[in-house]
Formats: sequence, C-alpha cells, structure tokens
Amino acid sequence: MRFLLFILVLSTISCKKEIENKAYNYVEGADIKMFDYNELDSYIKNHPSETLVVNFWATWCAPCIKELPAFEKLGDTYADQDVKILLVSLDFPEQMDHLKAFVAKKELQSEVVFLDDGDANRWIPKVDKNWSGALPATLIIGDKRKRFYEQSFTYGLLESELKYILN
Amino acid sequence: MKTFKILTLLALVVVVSAFAANAVVKSAKSGYSVGDDATDFYLRNVDNSMVSLKDYENAKGFIIIFTCNTCPFSIANEDRIIALDKKYKSLGYPVIAINPNDPHIKPGDSFKSMQQRAREKGFTFPYLLDDGQEVYPKYGATKTPHVYVTQKKQGKNIVKYIGAIDNNTRDAGAVTERYVEDAVDALLAGKSVQVTETKAIGCSIKS
Repeated sequence: MRFLLFILVLSTISCKKEIENKAYNYVEGADIKMFDYNELDSYIKNHPSETLVVNFWATWCAPCIKELPAFEKLGDTYADQDVKILLVSLDFPEQMDHLKAFVAKKELQSEVVFLDDGDANRWIPKVDKNWSGALPATLIIGDKRKRFYEQSFTYGLLESELKYILN
Repeated sequence: MKTFKILTLLALVVVVSAFAANAVVKSAKSGYSVGDDATDFYLRNVDNSMVSLKDYENAKGFIIIFTCNTCPFSIANEDRIIALDKKYKSLGYPVIAINPNDPHIKPGDSFKSMQQRAREKGFTFPYLLDDGQEVYPKYGATKTPHVYVTQKKQGKNIVKYIGAIDNNTRDAGAVTERYVEDAVDALLAGKSVQVTETKAIGCSIKS
C-alpha cells in the first residue's frame, strides 16, 4: 500500500513537472518564450508581479533600440517595488538569430518574449483600441490602472508615468 | 496710456486663447476618418517631376500608400504594392507612394536612396518625398506602410479605406484577407466598402 502511494505521489510530481515544461514554447536555443497573442495575453494576466511595463519593440526599429536602456534602468530601479519589464519582440520569425544575438550582446536583464502572430489586425485593437500599430508602443499595467502609449520614452518620462500608475 | 493698457490686455487674451485653441486641436484625434475629403499635394517624384492628384484627370480614385525604403514591413510589402498598381492603375485606381520620413533622421530614406530603390525594384508608380513633412500629418499616417484608398466625387477625394494592405504584413504567403483589393473592387462595382479600417504593425514615421 505504501509502495502504491509512493508511486502515486511520484507520478503526480512528474506529471506536474511535465505540464510546467510544456506550458511554453521557446525560440530555438534561447530563453525567449514564444507566444501568439492569446498566449501573451494570458501570460500578462497571470503574471505574478504587481506592476508590468510591457514594451513592444523589434531589433530593426531604431527608436525602440534607443529607448531600451530606459526600460532596463526602470526595471533595475523599481525591482524592489515589484515592477517587471516585459520586452515583446515583433521581429520576423526568420530573424530569430538576429534577436538572439542582440539580446546576448546587449546583455538585456528584462525578460524578452517573441510575439509570433502575423494577423495583427485581429490583436492590435486588443492591446489598445487607440494603437495604430506603429512601433515602439508601451503598456503600463498596475493593479489599479493601466495606460497605453504609442510613443518613444526618455527615462524621465517613463519614470513619471510609472509613478502615476504606482500611486 | 489707458488705451494702451487695454490694448495690451486684449492682445494677451488673444494670444492666450490662441494657444488654448491650439492645445485643444492637438489633443483631438488628428488625420482623416473614412468619409473625409483628402487633401491634394504637390510633391517631388523620384523622376524629378512634381506630382499632384489633380494631374490624374481620368483616375476614379487613388491607392495612396505612405511607405519608405528602410522599414522591414515596407520592404516586405514592396512586391504587393507593385502588384496593386499593375492590377488597378488600368482600372482607374493608381498607386501613389509617399515617403513621409525625415531623411535627416533616417539617411536610408533620402531622395537619392528613394531613386535607387525605385530603379532597383522597377516601381511602376510615383514614389514621392513628403518634403517638409506636411502631407502625412494631414492624412494622419502614423507608420509605414499606411494605406488610404480614396474615391473621386465632385472634385473631392473621399477617403474610403484606411489601414493595411492585407492581414499578414510580414508574410505574403499567409495572407487570407486582401483589404485594399476588397475595398477597390467594391468601389469599382459601385458597392460600399465592407472593411473600412484595419491595423497592422509598422515603423513609426521619423520626424
């Protein structure tokens, strides 16, 4: 009987582990989760952090690259207030080597995920009804309020917007 | 002296209210909605001629596309833009491409680079530089590529469709809905456009 119980517990654990591992698809050879829009949406909704700063970017987008250090600094500065940065790459699927190399070279500390969903007209309005689709774009999601920005940020501007969401 | 004071005060009121009015205009949604009359323009083409919509006396309307050399989404759409022009120019809806980017910010979008790109790809349509960047804000374009389909009506260019070329900007092979073609086909058939506005990821216009 004990033996049976042991087997049962063991199988439950291994099952659970399998589910955790299977829950995400990753960009090949990198710690970059790969989502379609629905998966990204559920990842954001179920994220454990209290405040999320979601930045839509791509390696080919010059103003996006320019503002990345501001997001990195924000994530570092506000880590103790449970603020997390999520960098959502909209690179093309055939540019994954470029994305991987970029993330490694810049030693990005924020989590980078890859949104692989070509039918953008379906999901852009779900991110925000006012988003035209231009990059860069940013969502700040707090526990009380949420704001969307179709613009570039300096660190000062980004911090003041975050403070508004936090307070 | 008293008159002077009153006049100064009056001038101040005028200036302040002008600023206030300006602020209100800026916060409102800028650019065209479907049904608006789109402005004509006078812009330089890659062949050095000047192009306006009024030059096209026989056109029934236009497929106006804000696009550029450097944006990967624009590049991914070049062949589709050429195909649109080839299909619809003879039917009365030519493509007019406009590069809205400031070449000082994006050197790859200079007039010379535009000329090279048009030659390399064999553009069959005018490729204009929005010199001074006065045209794209009037239309309300925010990114490249960004399409406006207009129809001529009593000397006006009425906006009938705003948005993407189709439902998969990055991969032509995965397209299942062709928004611009559907819009122009409807106009040619004398019907109303079913999908009048769509969204797509694009590069923000460099200004």
